Amino acid sequence: MPLLDVRNLSVDFKTSNGQFRAVDRVDVQVDVGDVLAIVGESGSGKSVSMLAVMGLLPWTASITADSMRFDGLDLATAEPRQRRAIIGKDVAMIFQEPMSSLNPCFTVGFQLREALKAHLPLSRRERQRRAVELLEQVGLPEPERRLNAFPHQLSGGMCQRVMIAMAIACKPKLLIADEPTTALDVTIQAQILELLLELQKNTGMALVLITHDMGVVAETARRVSVQYAGQKVEEQEVQALFANPHHPYTSALLAALPERATTRRLPSIPGVVPGQFDRPAGCLFSPRCAFADDRCRQVNPAMAAAELGHARCHYPLIQGIPQREVS
Amino acid sequence: MSQAVDDTLIEAHGLSRHYDVSNGFFGGQATVKALSNTSFRLQAGRTLAVVGESGCGKSTLARVVTMIEKPTAGTLTLDGHHLSSEVILSDAQQAALRASVQIVFQDPFGSLNPRQTIGRILEEPVLINRPDVSAAQREQQARAMLEMVGLRPEHYDRYPHMFSGGQRQRIAVARALMLEPRILVLDEPVSALDLSIQSQILNLLVDLQERLNLAYLFISHDLSVVRHMADDVMVMYLGRVVEKGAAAAVFGSPRHPYTQALLSATPVADPGRKQTRIRLQGELPSPLNPPVGCAFHPRCWKAEERCRQTAPELDDTEVHPVACFFPL
Ligand SMILES: Nc1ncnc2c1ncn2[C@@H]1O[C@H](COP(=O)(O)OP(=O)(O)O)[C@@H](O)[C@H]1O
Ligand SMILES: Nc1ncnc2c1ncn2[C@@H]1O[C@H](COP(=O)(O)OP(=O)(O)O)[C@@H](O)[C@H]1O
Ligand SMILES: [Mg+2]
Ligand SMILES: [Mg+2]
Repeated sequence: MPLLDVRNLSVDFKTSNGQFRAVDRVDVQVDVGDVLAIVGESGSGKSVSMLAVMGLLPWTASITADSMRFDGLDLATAEPRQRRAIIGKDVAMIFQEPMSSLNPCFTVGFQLREALKAHLPLSRRERQRRAVELLEQVGLPEPERRLNAFPHQLSGGMCQRVMIAMAIACKPKLLIADEPTTALDVTIQAQILELLLELQKNTGMALVLITHDMGVVAETARRVSVQYAGQKVEEQEVQALFANPHHPYTSALLAALPERATTRRLPSIPGVVPGQFDRPAGCLFSPRCAFADDRCRQVNPAMAAAELGHARCHYPLIQGIPQREVS
Repeated sequence: MSQAVDDTLIEAHGLSRHYDVSNGFFGGQATVKALSNTSFRLQAGRTLAVVGESGCGKSTLARVVTMIEKPTAGTLTLDGHHLSSEVILSDAQQAALRASVQIVFQDPFGSLNPRQTIGRILEEPVLINRPDVSAAQREQQARAMLEMVGLRPEHYDRYPHMFSGGQRQRIAVARALMLEPRILVLDEPVSALDLSIQSQILNLLVDLQERLNLAYLFISHDLSVVRHMADDVMVMYLGRVVEKGAAAAVFGSPRHPYTQALLSATPVADPGRKQTRIRLQGELPSPLNPPVGCAFHPRCWKAEERCRQTAPELDDTEVHPVACFFPL
C-alpha cells in the first residue's frame, strides 16, 4: 500500500469569473522511501495538488477525490484533530520562498522550538538541544549562534536550511518540497538538493520534489510525474522518461531544452498553455501538439497503460512515433 | 567622432561602478564595489554572455553599458562614441547613443506601462528621440515591428495585461528595437519564462540577430541557455571578471575554479550521467566586506597562502584569460 495514495483529485476555485479547474483528475502515489518529482510549467497545478493533500487551500477551493489517504488515514474524512496530528509531523512541506515562509518577527530558534512543541512531548531543555542538533543536521555552521538570528539576517540558502530543519524536526515519513531551490543560485541549489537527498537516504523518508527544471528532475528523482494545465499527462521512471517520453508534451519539452539543441534554432512548442477561458475541447495539449488530429481536438483522451507511462494521449509516442493503431 | 573599422560596437576598459552606502546602525560609510575593472569588446552580430550568481554585478554592468548609470572609473566606447566618468555629452550625442544601445529586462510584467496600448509603448521611444518622425510614420514602424517580433497587427491597440509572459517579452524586445539600435543588452531575458516559451524567445533573438546584425550583451545565470546563445563568455564573481573567452573554450575547458564549480553545479537533463560534483563550501561573501586577496579563496579548494593575500589579475592580452594563481 502506498504511503500517499491520491486518486482522481480535482481542485476547483471559485473566482469572480466563475469556476476554474486548477487540478484535473490527478493521481499521486508515493511509496515509503520514494523520490517522486512533479514537473510542469507554472500554473500546471503542481502546488495546488500538494496543498490539497496538506489541507492548506483557502475556502474558495473545492476538492474532490476518489481517495486521499496518507499512511492508512483517509484525509478527506478524518477529524480535524486527526489531520493536525499528522500534517506537519508525519508529512511536512517546504516552499520556494524560504524568507517569506519564516516569520520575520521571531528568531530562528523560537520558530524551531515552536515546531517541536506542537508535535513532540519534549522539555524546554530537550527542545533546545534538539534545535541545535537539527541545525547541525542541515549543515548550518555555528548552530547555537544561528538560533538567535532573525530570518532577515540569514541568506536565502540558510533560510531554506532552517525551513528544512523545521520540516524534518518530527522525523516525517513524507517531505513535500515545492520548488525548494528555484529562488537560489546554482551553487547553493546544488548544496540544498544534496542535503535533501542525503536526508532522504539517511532517514528513509519519502520525498516529493516539485520543480519546473528538467535538470533538477534528472539529477534527483526516481520517478517523474509530468503535469500540464492541471492534468497529469505522464508518469515514468526517470531514466525511461528522458530516454523515451510517451506524451507529446513531455517529448516537446525535452526537445526545447537548450542543452539538447542540435541546431541554433530550438524546436519550440507553439502557442501558450490554455487559461481559464480557452480550455480546448478534447485533449488540452491538442492546439500545440505536432501530432494532433480531429479525434484529439474532440475527444478527451483516457490514460494509456503503465508501459506507456499512463500517457493521457490518444496516440502515445514510442521513440518519438505516435502509436496510431494501438489505441 | 571616430568610427570603428572592425565592427566593434562596445569597447570597455577598466569599467567600475562603486556605490557609497551607509553601513548599518553606526552611520559609517562603506563602498560596494558592484563592478570593478571590467574590460571587454563586443562586435556586431556577436553575443557576449555575462554569467555569475546573483549580486556579482551583471545588472550593474548592464546599467553602465546602457548609460542608465555612469561608470565611476574606466572608459566605454559605444558605437564609436567615447564615454567615461569625466566626459560630458551634448544632448544630441546622448540621444544618438541612447538610440544605438537598448536594454530588455527580465521581468516582462514590470517593464511595460499597464496604462499604455502596445502601439503607444512601441512609439514612445521614437516620439522622444525622433520628434521629426510623423505620427503616421511612427504607427507604420510600430506595426511593422509587431510583425517582426512575431505578434499580430491587431495587438497594436491592446494593453499589456492582455498578453502572456512570452508575448510581453516580445513586446519588450519590439520596443527596444524601435530606434534601430545596434546593441541590445539583454538582462536575464528568459529567466521568468517557462521552458516552452523560453525556446520561442531564444529563437526570436537568434532570428533578429541574423536579420539585423545586432550585438548582444546577454546576461544570464542559466548556463545551459548561455551555452546555446553565446559566442563569448565572461564569468563574474563579486564584481570582477574571473574568466573570459570563447564560449567553447570556457565551457569546454574552464580555467577558473569558480567557473568549474558553476558548471559542475548546473543540473544536466540526463539522468544516466554519472558525475562527481565539486562541492563549494559556504556562500557568497558580503560585497560590503569582501575577502582580502582573491575574493573566491574562502570557497576555493585550490586556495593557498598567496590567494589569501593578493588578488590575482586578469591579463586581457591573453586569448582565454583567467584571474587565478592556480588555474586549471
Ligand atoms: N487561491 C487560488 N485562487 C484561484 N486560483 C488559484 C489559486 N491558487 C492557485 N490558483 C490557480 O491554479 C492554477 C494552478 O496553480 P499552481 O498549482 O500554483 O501552479 P504551479 O504548477 O505553478 O505550482 C493556476 O492557474 C493558479 O493561478
Ligand atoms: N544602487 C545601488 N546601491 C548600492 N549597492 C548596489 C546598488 N545596485 C547594486 N548594488 C549592489 O551591487 C552588487 C551587484 O548587484 P547587481 O549588479 O544587481 O548583481 P546581479 O545583477 O549580478 O545579481 C550587489 O551586491 C548589489 O547589492
Ligand atoms: Mg507552484
Ligand atoms: Mg541582475
